[in-house]
Amino acid sequence: MGSQGGWGQSKEFLDLIKSIGEARSKAEEDRIVLQEIETLKKRITEPDVPKRKMKEYIIRLVYVEMLGHDASFGYIHAVKMTHDDALLLKRTGYLAVTLFLNEDHDLIILIVNTIQKDLKSDNYLVVCAALNAVCKLINEETIPAVLPQVVELLGHQKESVRKKAIMALHRFYQKAPSLITHLVSNFRKRLCDDDPGVMGASLCPLFDLVTEDVSSYKDLVISFVSILKQVSERRLPKTYDYHHMPAPFIQIRLLKILALLGAGNKQASDNMHTVLGDMFRKCESTSNIGNAILYECICTVSSIYPNAKLLEAAADVTSRFLKSEIHNLKYMGIDALSRLIKINPDIAEEHQLAVIDCLEDPDDTLKRKTLDLLYKMTKSSNVEVIVDRMIDYMISINDTHYKTEIASRCVELAEQFAPSNQWFIQTINKVFEHAGDLVNVKVAHNLIRLIAEGFGEDDEGADNQLRSSAVDSYLRIIGEPKLPSVFLQVICWVLGEYATADGKYSASYIMGKLCDVAEAHSNDDTVKGYAVTAIMKICAFEIAAGRKVELLPECQALIDELSASHSTDLQQRAYELQALLGLDCHAVECIMPSDASCEDIEVDKNVSFLNSFVQQALEKGATPYIPESERTGSISVTTFRNQDQTEASSHSLRFEAYELPKPSLPTRAAPSLPLPSSDLVPVPESYQPYETPQPMQPQPITDSSSTELGLKLKLEGVQKKWGRPSYSSQSTPSTSQTMNPKTANGITHSEIKEAISYDSRKQQHEVSAEKQRLAASLFGASSSKSEKKTQGSKAMKSSPARVEKPQAPTSEKAPTPVQQPPPPDLLDLGDSTQSNAPPSSAVVDPFMQLEGLLGVPPQEVSLESNPGASASSQSVNLMALYEDTPGVGQLSSFAGSFVAGNPSVQSRSPRVGSSSVGSTAKKGPSPQDSLEKDAVARQVGVTPSGLNPNLFRDLLG
Amino acid sequence: MIEAVLVMNTQGKPRLTKFYHHHMTAEKQQEMIREIYGVLCSRAENVSNFIEADAIFGPNTRLVYKHYATLYFVFVFDTTENELAMLDLIQVFVETLDKCFKNVCELDVVFNFGKIHTILDEIIFGGQVLETNCIEVMKSVDEIMKLERSSNTILLAPIVTSGRNSR
Repeated sequence: MGSQGGWGQSKEFLDLIKSIGEARSKAEEDRIVLQEIETLKKRITEPDVPKRKMKEYIIRLVYVEMLGHDASFGYIHAVKMTHDDALLLKRTGYLAVTLFLNEDHDLIILIVNTIQKDLKSDNYLVVCAALNAVCKLINEETIPAVLPQVVELLGHQKESVRKKAIMALHRFYQKAPSLITHLVSNFRKRLCDDDPGVMGASLCPLFDLVTEDVSSYKDLVISFVSILKQVSERRLPKTYDYHHMPAPFIQIRLLKILALLGAGNKQASDNMHTVLGDMFRKCESTSNIGNAILYECICTVSSIYPNAKLLEAAADVTSRFLKSEIHNLKYMGIDALSRLIKINPDIAEEHQLAVIDCLEDPDDTLKRKTLDLLYKMTKSSNVEVIVDRMIDYMISINDTHYKTEIASRCVELAEQFAPSNQWFIQTINKVFEHAGDLVNVKVAHNLIRLIAEGFGEDDEGADNQLRSSAVDSYLRIIGEPKLPSVFLQVICWVLGEYATADGKYSASYIMGKLCDVAEAHSNDDTVKGYAVTAIMKICAFEIAAGRKVELLPECQALIDELSASHSTDLQQRAYELQALLGLDCHAVECIMPSDASCEDIEVDKNVSFLNSFVQQALEKGATPYIPESERTGSISVTTFRNQDQTEASSHSLRFEAYELPKPSLPTRAAPSLPLPSSDLVPVPESYQPYETPQPMQPQPITDSSSTELGLKLKLEGVQKKWGRPSYSSQSTPSTSQTMNPKTANGITHSEIKEAISYDSRKQQHEVSAEKQRLAASLFGASSSKSEKKTQGSKAMKSSPARVEKPQAPTSEKAPTPVQQPPPPDLLDLGDSTQSNAPPSSAVVDPFMQLEGLLGVPPQEVSLESNPGASASSQSVNLMALYEDTPGVGQLSSFAGSFVAGNPSVQSRSPRVGSSSVGSTAKKGPSPQDSLEKDAVARQVGVTPSGLNPNLFRDLLG
Repeated sequence: MIEAVLVMNTQGKPRLTKFYHHHMTAEKQQEMIREIYGVLCSRAENVSNFIEADAIFGPNTRLVYKHYATLYFVFVFDTTENELAMLDLIQVFVETLDKCFKNVCELDVVFNFGKIHTILDEIIFGGQVLETNCIEVMKSVDEIMKLERSSNTILLAPIVTSGRNSR
């Protein structure tokens, strides 16, 4: 084979690979590749490049692009190459084009014509190459150009072409379903194709179709079940076997389709019971692929109308997965468990220890999957433990994407199941502390609201206790570096409102802390704003209480600094604070009443207090106000927000925006706008220009929280009157929206729970006990049954696992040895196919044809497909050998098993076969081959230097 | 559905990249390979072969990888595929390579670009599993190679050398 003799490439290319392989840094590699690009640019444009050379250039271009560099200058040559008549060049051209171009590339138009021609070619390999390109390169616009040819190919005599045509059509369906709707029946038709491979291919589009619309395919349930039955009973030719498993990918596809068809449909599900039950019983669980099918069976069983027997079988397999030593199976087990608990939550109880093992496993994927499972089985009894675990994990990872997800899950669970407000606050605090920048701002607002509103009951004492505990915890945390901004805002707000309420902390102490925060985060205007307002509140409370406020020097310095700030918002806050300090206690109490964040702020929507002013203006000859709806030409301009939306969504409406400043109105309406504010607001700082866009996001919170902003609110009301009718709805909601009332549990109860969970954390040295407790708290502590189980399985754990292991499988696998011997089956195949008469399938069953056709040819096919009849008998022997080797470390034995079961290797290179038999499971790198390759490499000039000797290591070694 | 097939070596150099549905620019591909490589490197031995790839390939994507000597084989796919089965598909691919190249090694993958793609195209077509039997795949590939070579000789004979005609 040319591919082995010096790899058939030029010295130049080999040198390139070699130098890239030896590049010490990315920069060096880039330099080499850029040089290569220059060379190629020159070479490729030379006149009369021999085609063989051109082919190599194209391959080199592909290589360059794979290394991350732009090779677009050569695309056109790849396109040209597709026009070539020689198969090798055409295929190379198609390969390069499919790797280079996307379906919307300009050059596609130059290829469509070639594809059309090639689809009609007599050479089926040309047709296949074209179909391959079709999948990647044809988009919605170009589908019609090739559609007729592809449809025609569905009836091609070669089954490999039919297969590919179906898949191409499937791609069309995915890209533009509307163009294919009239052809959908073709997929059904191909289900009855003579060739099982084509039938298998048609399952892919059918799966998509069934996903879209289950009801139209109900009639196929019987056929699918019948196909699955025959496949699983080994009625297919042996060439479809994979690791002794008959057509596993077809089985999996079928099971997926059945899962969709049987969902919530008892009648359809009833049809599947027998075959699913058989598969659970017969499917061997020693091979990877066997387990893949078993897992798929579980998925199907958990999706269709529940059947107790099948669920039991599914649970059995799941527990086998979970008990396995192989991580992949554990992973599948956890996934299966999360499907089964949807139907029967009690199943999880049995596997609690296995689940906890997975949770503590070093394997990240497994851990995440387990957290997924826990998330799905969270209820109010175990929320504390689960969220605790999730937060621990969240702290330990760096992956922002997953951190965000898990943080939002924690918040979601906490909001949904929190046993107590105190726990809720602590949990959210933790989430904020470690992932504050990743969570939604809304969460912060919810937290503030919860602290402000308390339990929603009239239990002031408990509320105050909650607040002071929040204050305590915040004062503890506040000094820590790198707290997220959102969290600091919450802290400042809470400290401002409640820190001095119970007299535990002095005002100056708190103010000092707040100053520290503002100072430490001098780049964060929002936090500074919150801090200053908090200081103001504390001052106000002090003044209202009749005490004299002595500003600390650093506090004064902060105020001075902010008064000169570039941020108008900070400036305003600083001035407000200074003004407030000059007011007497009565005035301050009106402006900043203590603990009034939950009081409703009454907004006089009609601004009746302005009536006299308006009256006056009218008397002076002003034009009366005309409601917006009555004004002409403003029908569609309802609100600013609304308008923003329409503007964003469609350009056609855009001209309406120009009508906003109505030419006739401003003179009448405008003067009334600025006036009320100066009239209304007695506090000096209100000259603050409200028109300036405020960059501060958290404004809404402060709105609801302080009366200082009550003034602002009123102002908004004014604006509303003249400007936007629906504006006010935004300014009031915080008080009317109530937090989800978590009143079920009193604080004492929660404290006990806290204590328990604390205990459980203390005893970390005693692992198993802790694990057990964890299990109990996860899966329900009260149930004595679970306790017993825990004990039992704990004993099992502590005793050497190996003693336990063989016992469990044998008892479970009692039936498997009976079904197991597949090797004899291989010989009996002809036998079974002769007595192939389908026992139960319906008369109309479209698969009948297939059955008839399948029954006869297997022997012919196997003769055809196997290199020699003698080899096949040999293969049986080899397989028998393999059967003897125990199923230990099955993953690693794949290579061996397959090589052993494969006759062609035997005939081609006896050494490979014998070595694999000899070493039972492992196929070591063969020194001879390596040497040969090495020699070739040397000849060719690629010397394995110290840097990349690995290039020569056998993959399967 | 299979989204992508990637082969990279243990130093993070791509050896084969194939995206079935979403076309990636060269830079984007590089970035993805770097990310995947980062994840793969950090994984211990004897852990599962599955990774959730939402962060790299978008929601609901997973990847299965397998480590052979100096190469990582990575298949990226969505929720409609079965992880264990995908793991076996990698096995099919590698076994076929092994048969084609006799103890396949990294260098074979580098130098036989076209053939590797031919093999892969016979196993996965348009993101769907086409064939899982090594022997069948080999048969198709051999036939393609045979025809390619014959077409090549006929066509190139006058251009390159006349000695080739004797083949």
